[in-house]
Amino acid sequence: MTATLGETPTRRRPDEHEVGVGVPRLLWVPAGLAFALIALPVVGLAIKADWPQLPAQLVSPASLDALKLSLITASISTVLCIVFGGPLAVVLARSRLPGLRLLRSVVLLPLVLPPVVGGLALLYLLGRTGLVGRGLDLAFGVTIPFTTSAVVLAQTFVALPFLVVSMEGALRTAGRRYEAVAATLGASPGLAFRRVTVPLVLPGLASGAVLAFARCLGEFGATVAFAGSLQGTTQTLPLLVYQLRETDVEAAVALSLLLVVVAVAVIAVAAPRSVEVR
Amino acid sequence: MRMRMMTAASAAGLVLLAGCGGGAPSDTNAGGAPAPAKRTLTVLAAASLTETFGELEKQFETDNPGVDVVMSYGGSSDLAQQIVNGAPVDVFASASDSTMKTVTDAGLTNGSPTIFAKNVLEIATVPGNPKGITSFADLASPNLKVVVCAPQVPCGAAAQKVETSTGVEIKPVSEETDVKNVLGKVSTGNADAGLVYVTDVTAAGSQVQGVNFPEAEQATTNYPIATLKNAPQQQLAESFVSLVTGEQGQKALQAAGFGTP
Repeated sequence: MTATLGETPTRRRPDEHEVGVGVPRLLWVPAGLAFALIALPVVGLAIKADWPQLPAQLVSPASLDALKLSLITASISTVLCIVFGGPLAVVLARSRLPGLRLLRSVVLLPLVLPPVVGGLALLYLLGRTGLVGRGLDLAFGVTIPFTTSAVVLAQTFVALPFLVVSMEGALRTAGRRYEAVAATLGASPGLAFRRVTVPLVLPGLASGAVLAFARCLGEFGATVAFAGSLQGTTQTLPLLVYQLRETDVEAAVALSLLLVVVAVAVIAVAAPRSVEVR
Repeated sequence: MRMRMMTAASAAGLVLLAGCGGGAPSDTNAGGAPAPAKRTLTVLAAASLTETFGELEKQFETDNPGVDVVMSYGGSSDLAQQIVNGAPVDVFASASDSTMKTVTDAGLTNGSPTIFAKNVLEIATVPGNPKGITSFADLASPNLKVVVCAPQVPCGAAAQKVETSTGVEIKPVSEETDVKNVLGKVSTGNADAGLVYVTDVTAAGSQVQGVNFPEAEQATTNYPIATLKNAPQQQLAESFVSLVTGEQGQKALQAAGFGTP
């Protein structure tokens, strides 16, 4: 990068390209306000919490069940997002399908739809009397609502765009030059994809997966509409928080803080360089 | 149902995230600065009162020219939290004694609340009642998908009370966050039966079929109403409560399926 021209050219540092480029002072004000808008409500939550009671509120059987269920379902959903969303991102970024723009806007729908509406849509499709759900019930005796699978489906539905968008961005940034070179050297499309494309977009995939996991963890609306709420089966942390605040606001606040801590930990531990590099 | 879920969810977000912020609820932003000629009365009411209070709102505006009644419906506990956190409200009509107690305990009501209606549980089944459910005890059948409200919400507390007093143990497939969600799971055919209020069955019309059960009387839910101490419109608040507890209000409530106090 040109910014490093004045430096000793032989010195190589991972953040080389940042040297010498300061942040314009004017940006600090809106940046600070944006950060405050996100951080201060959480501070409000922390102030509201009944700290001496906190440990007791966190280890109730319902809380532990909900935490466990949230972590398990969010992990499975994230894997599903990678397995199905990854290829979708490749198709969106690389293929020449007609109507690709329309396809892309459909993929973004879960971002725009209120999650409750998404949950209802899933219910109308996969519910016992739904388009597909009726067939599943008649043919296999399988019903999806009220099961942990429904929670996973709801989470995958809302989280998919996060993975697809961030990976598609990475694919476009990476460009096709390296793949083209690989092809001229005789690599098949499959080989070029595995050995060239995938390593190139790995950071994008990782940051997308972190975003998707975070979104799954906080999922509420689609889950409550599609999966229902039952301790140990479908009651994730956000659902328990929503329910508890009816009678016990302090416990709801405690669990919200737990959710915040888990989310921050996941983002901080799992994200690190992959997100920052981009 | 969508609208209600969404407002309830956003209200929850407001209460939980804003912590001690406590701004006015979004639905009542007109209540802030009444013009001198036009007065605004802000009423927070439980979601189950939507139809009835909608009628009474029109009646009140006809009886009191120049008055604009702003209604905000939601889960009673959300509404109570809004009031406790400083929302400028004139009248609060709650769907349970316990949520009203949140407000009275904070010393925010004028005197003690008046019970203006009662509600009892009813079984809601898929239209035609294909599973032939006739009694509360039928709900314990392992072959049925039954949904109830979570014990934290009034309809769930009532269901639990009936279970305890009858010794019938229901194994629900879901404990929903509110009564409309229970109704939704039944009306879409995903559950065979649900425990909801009589008024919900009435409001749902042909989407569900109601099955009465005598044990419901053991867990009636009271609907208390009160005017608030910091009400911007004290007199109007009083007369709105009179309308609800008076003959006209009672007639409208009974038409919706509510019991008399």
